[in-house]
Amino acid sequence: MSKSKIYPSFADAVADIPDGSTIGFGGFAVVGMPINLYEALSKQGAKGLTCVSNGTRGGSTMPSDAPTMEWLIRNDQVKKVICSFTAPTRASQKLVFSEYYEKGLIDAELVPQGTLAERMRAAGAGIPAFYTPAAVGTELAEGRETRVFNGREYLLEEALPLDYAFIRAYQADAFGNLRFRRSQRNFNPLMAMAARVTIVEVEEDILPVGAIDPDDVHLPGIFVHRMVKIPPPPEGWWPQRPAEIAKLEADRNAR
Amino acid sequence: MSDGAKGLTRQQMCDRVAMEFQDGWVVNLGIGIPTLCSNFNFGDKQIIFHAENGVIGYGPLTGAGREDLHLVNAGGQHVTLNPEAAIVHHADSFGIIRSGRIDVTVLGAYEVAENGDFANWKMAGQKGGGIGGAMDLAACAKHVFLAMEQVTRRGQPRLVERCTIPVTARGVVDLVITNYGLFEITPEGMALREIAPGLSIDQVRATTGCNLLIPDEVPPVRMRG
Repeated sequence: MSKSKIYPSFADAVADIPDGSTIGFGGFAVVGMPINLYEALSKQGAKGLTCVSNGTRGGSTMPSDAPTMEWLIRNDQVKKVICSFTAPTRASQKLVFSEYYEKGLIDAELVPQGTLAERMRAAGAGIPAFYTPAAVGTELAEGRETRVFNGREYLLEEALPLDYAFIRAYQADAFGNLRFRRSQRNFNPLMAMAARVTIVEVEEDILPVGAIDPDDVHLPGIFVHRMVKIPPPPEGWWPQRPAEIAKLEADRNAR
Repeated sequence: MSDGAKGLTRQQMCDRVAMEFQDGWVVNLGIGIPTLCSNFNFGDKQIIFHAENGVIGYGPLTGAGREDLHLVNAGGQHVTLNPEAAIVHHADSFGIIRSGRIDVTVLGAYEVAENGDFANWKMAGQKGGGIGGAMDLAACAKHVFLAMEQVTRRGQPRLVERCTIPVTARGVVDLVITNYGLFEITPEGMALREIAPGLSIDQVRATTGCNLLIPDEVPPVRMRG
């Protein structure tokens, strides 16, 4: 039996992450975001990170005190982000990321969302590059290689391999076979397949090997290296309904 | 605009473009104004809503307290699932988009040009941008509709000869609904198809920054039932 993939704490699971790592974070609008791993990495303190994610925060439904990439940014741990959003979508909105970006303290690569997903998929599929119609004719394509297929112009995009993937899943067995629930899947399996080392925060108790029918596995355990069961709130971070957020924030402040 | 003419409400704008959806269409709604299209009563038509995060066949928003915390649409709103629903990961979701399975996307926009270019990811002078799925959708959906305001807060036209801010895609827009009317991008340029009740042709022309093709008959914007 090889070494267990189950780690006792988030701190243990991220302890060896070196400065300068490229890390992909799953999640879309709070759902499937590795909230507990963000917190652990902010405490661990690795610097010079390149962070790949759809955006730099969790969207409007994220509890205001929940850990996101913003914790890493405020902690001066982030060198560069690769995202499909590097500015707020409304003039009234303010991003922590923007403060640092506008001062030149962080670098950013802005990528259309489908291209971001496909760059990860390509890395996980052994494909070094691909052509896509997205962003052709825009500022993002200026000075870059394009090619015409069947009369249509496409833009060359390269795979985006990761050192680490931080993801969140609904169910896992001890081998690391994962299931996601509803829109939780989003970028999570793609980040894992693009990464050398995948670390998962798991919502339900980790099941014995074989407890998930092979037909129902969304991400095979060969892509998963470390898992931590998320403790119940308030110790662990969970998305909450608005009415529950207020109560939890009060509990956390009292802690 | 000195008379304070506002024209259509945002819901009326979205109702009007939603009338264009055909039975069986797969529809992707951008965040902001376009999400209101899902409130339209489609009657016997089956409309399949697709969201960038891989949710195919979502239904109405959930009520407070009944949210499924694992399920949101592309705007992060908690939604329900219709019986035909299926869920895929992000790469498959954009495979659906790039391979032409989306019949129409309705997007918000800062500017649209008479040649069908439009801009919706970067405001003037902004560092960075918010693209999300807009470039993939705009380049690949069979139809691109825009739901947007006729003018900026300062009263400047958003319907223009050429975009002045970085574009999302070129030559892709079919139909534009604003609070002032319904416009079609044709090979000859931008045509006024329907006008918001209470507005004059002169008011529409004065707030449009490009040549407007105006037929002899411009009916009022069709309203729901």
